[in-house]
Amino acid sequence: MTTGPKDNDFTVKIANVNGTGSASANTLLMKVLFRMGIPVVAKNYFPSNIQGFPTWYEIRANEDGYLARSGRVDVMVAMNAETYQKDQDCVAPGGFLIYDSTWPRHRILDRKDITILGVPLAQLCNENFSASRARILMKNIAYVGVLAALLDLDMEVVKALLTQSFASKAQLLDANQLAIDLGYRYAKEHFDGSLPFRARSSDKTDDHIIIDGNTATGLGCVYAGATLGAWYPITPSTSIMDAFRAFCDQYRKDPETGLTNSCVIQAEDELSALGMVLGAGWNGARAFTSTSGPGISLMNEFLGYGYFAEIPAVLIDVQRCGPSTGMPTRTQQSDIMSCAYASHGDTRHVLLFPANPGECFSMSVQAFDLAEQLQTPVIVVTDLDIGMNDWMCPDLQWDDAYQPNRGKVLSADDLEKMEAFHRYIDADGDGIAYRTLPGTHPKGAYFTRGSGHNMYGAYTEDSTEYREIVDRLLQKWEAAKGFVPEPEVHYSEKFRSGIISIGSCHDAVVEARDRLADSGVHLNYLRVKAFPFGARVQEFLDAHDRIYVVEQNRDAQLRGLLLLEARVEQATLVPLLHFDGLPLNAKFLVDAINTDLSKGKAA
Amino acid sequence: MTYIRRPNVVHPDMPSNELGLTARDYEGGISSLCAGCGHDSVTSAFVQALFELSIPPHRVAKLSGIGCSSKTPAYFASASHGFNSVHGRMPSVATGANSVNRDLHYIGVSGDGDSLSIGFGQLCHAIRRNVNMLYVIDNNGVYGLTKGQFSASADVGTTAKKGEVNIQPPIDACMTALTMGCTFVARSFSGDKEQLVPLLKAGLVHKGFALIDVVSPCVTFNDHLGSTKSYDFTRQHYHPAIHADFIAPAGEITASYRDGDTISVVLHDGSRVVLRKVDEQYDPTDRIASYAFLQKHAAAQEIVTGLLFIDDAKPDMHETHKVVEQPLNSIDFDTLCPGQSALAELQNRFR
Repeated sequence: MTTGPKDNDFTVKIANVNGTGSASANTLLMKVLFRMGIPVVAKNYFPSNIQGFPTWYEIRANEDGYLARSGRVDVMVAMNAETYQKDQDCVAPGGFLIYDSTWPRHRILDRKDITILGVPLAQLCNENFSASRARILMKNIAYVGVLAALLDLDMEVVKALLTQSFASKAQLLDANQLAIDLGYRYAKEHFDGSLPFRARSSDKTDDHIIIDGNTATGLGCVYAGATLGAWYPITPSTSIMDAFRAFCDQYRKDPETGLTNSCVIQAEDELSALGMVLGAGWNGARAFTSTSGPGISLMNEFLGYGYFAEIPAVLIDVQRCGPSTGMPTRTQQSDIMSCAYASHGDTRHVLLFPANPGECFSMSVQAFDLAEQLQTPVIVVTDLDIGMNDWMCPDLQWDDAYQPNRGKVLSADDLEKMEAFHRYIDADGDGIAYRTLPGTHPKGAYFTRGSGHNMYGAYTEDSTEYREIVDRLLQKWEAAKGFVPEPEVHYSEKFRSGIISIGSCHDAVVEARDRLADSGVHLNYLRVKAFPFGARVQEFLDAHDRIYVVEQNRDAQLRGLLLLEARVEQATLVPLLHFDGLPLNAKFLVDAINTDLSKGKAA
Repeated sequence: MTYIRRPNVVHPDMPSNELGLTARDYEGGISSLCAGCGHDSVTSAFVQALFELSIPPHRVAKLSGIGCSSKTPAYFASASHGFNSVHGRMPSVATGANSVNRDLHYIGVSGDGDSLSIGFGQLCHAIRRNVNMLYVIDNNGVYGLTKGQFSASADVGTTAKKGEVNIQPPIDACMTALTMGCTFVARSFSGDKEQLVPLLKAGLVHKGFALIDVVSPCVTFNDHLGSTKSYDFTRQHYHPAIHADFIAPAGEITASYRDGDTISVVLHDGSRVVLRKVDEQYDPTDRIASYAFLQKHAAAQEIVTGLLFIDDAKPDMHETHKVVEQPLNSIDFDTLCPGQSALAELQNRFR
């Protein structure tokens, strides 16, 4: 973990002020590395604010293809005077700091163990651009030029990306190209060659894309055949519905009439959003909502209703720090418990835990199948890191032979042949009853209610009839274990210690296991992909004496869920918790596990 | 209770409608509400309206929230799907259901607590979206199931059964609806079936959100002296402004409608609502005038009834959201899914 940066293995961090247009410059830099064939990790740390707050963007170039943040800064581009001191402090010894030397910063240039490179970015831009907005925007593009020179970026790739980005705006293309050149030339003229670590063209990104989880989720909902998206804006989930709407416009709109064969409704709040989804699911359409923790809180009553009345619904919960305001733009995995048991009464919900945008795409499709097969709400639990950051992942694949699993829905013909239909009778003995859709056939009618229904769908307040329903729901829950995705397991019988983790912790765990193995520490690994936990989770628990449960919340929610829902001793599960709002990195895990192991040796 | 079944006997002389169904085919389970409850009269008006319109029962979806009123969809049209949702949230469920199948008739039945307190926001937003549905508020000014608390429609100074005086000002459903842009606003009285049935029929056929606020006295908790939602008070302060007659597409306007001052509004399916002015000053196609009229009479403690406002031309939710005509729940999967070749093409954008 202590090895320094080298070619195609370094981290650049850019400190900026939000609202200055730095996002396009940062994305450009990241994409250049990606197009040069170097695997990249991009993390955006942004404030809950529109203009004027500090924001950071971190790019890890990494030939080995690890996808977690490095937890280290080799090059800092310090564009924000407000955070300058702090930004300087976090550069690794031997690293580099680039700052805008238009204004003197002598008094705080106090690190002797790093190289400080001043570039008069503002001055260069002021001399070359007249509009005040352009001067601010182009400063950012200019530092990409500086980095291009220092890191030896392929200028043909830079040019191609710019040309592509501004294909329809020739004026902007010229301005951006000029800004790149200003930074590039200044660095070439004033600094002695490039940095000791550089970007070298490679071939590790073929058949890969750069995509954020929310875009992949929105696309997955289109591919799943969802026709209603109902939502209330909330960071960090909003871009899911933006993506869904954009893809619907692209793929489902009749160019002549302008009409679309899907509907997106911006609801008045999250309660209403889930109400709409339940109404549509009851009516036989695939419908979903996207939200975050506060939305899940508000949706609780309806979630219990959906569970009990057995209505398919898909929710995407992009987790963030909670509660309420303050850190809504920082990542966490702190809704695991609230999603698992959302609502009053005895309720449990099927959860899926994607670890990256690729799984956001596939699991959002799977969520609709499960919701209809099991006739229940299904929550895809992702987080801000997956949802809003750009990830490198293998090309998304689609099987054209796929047909949706619509579950047990009776057609008009089925009903015609039946003597009578009763909504909640378990005819197949799997806990899943047949349902009908409104408008299909006069025999199909039933009255959907909360807890006061019996197996015939009639009103009841009878204790025995109530028990029949809740017992069958539990039977269905057991059946669900066989349908949800199995965990990812890396297992060797030789080892009695392991890691259990979830969602976006995955890549840091993968890297940490490699580094620990380098030093002779071998840990098996299981990544939970769904709730309820199936037999393979229990097997893993049974096979180990000590398991680190890695997750991103304070209260060890995954560990708690394992203790509640599986057979395992408390002492076996060692919590390893990261919950400061930043994505997990491997170093944190390696250090924590080594500390724990040395404690064991001391005792 | 719905487990008590009505006897399955139909009198041979019972009239049948265009579908060959009798009114019995539009009935539901036996009501569990108190004897004399106004809501049961609304229920029977629903039976008659659906029967007279010859709507196939299975093409109706009945939705409700929580409360005495919200139980009533179980008591009519048992061959229709029903959805007894959670408190105050029926408008969102109806909105979602409607969004994916525009071809059914949606009936929402709610109460003054369900609609004007806990669900006030959802009601306003459903109106604002002009969801194509009939929304009936059984308005009795009181929470019945929790034994007699004032609701948000109770007038200041009205007394509860045990003597408590209401101090919080009321919310008027019709004035709210007019303000929110509602395209069909009516008020009626559960004791006036002659007025209510044509209103229900017109509301069912109207394209857009049709709100009918029905004063429906609670015989157990709010039918005493000092209540402004009792049978006695309502009858005394009843002020019919407009009488609406509903005429099916093929029906003729008979001579009697030409007498006096009438307005005929043609609905989107060719049927008509003929509005006969009882109060000559009233114009039910002028939103601002309607609002002023209601305010004036409310100040005089008069309960203005009839079809208070209608606008059949405003686009409904499907039109504003630019959704195709075909119900979304019936579109082929292959039409909805872009497939692998589109995905491969799309991904060039992400490199």
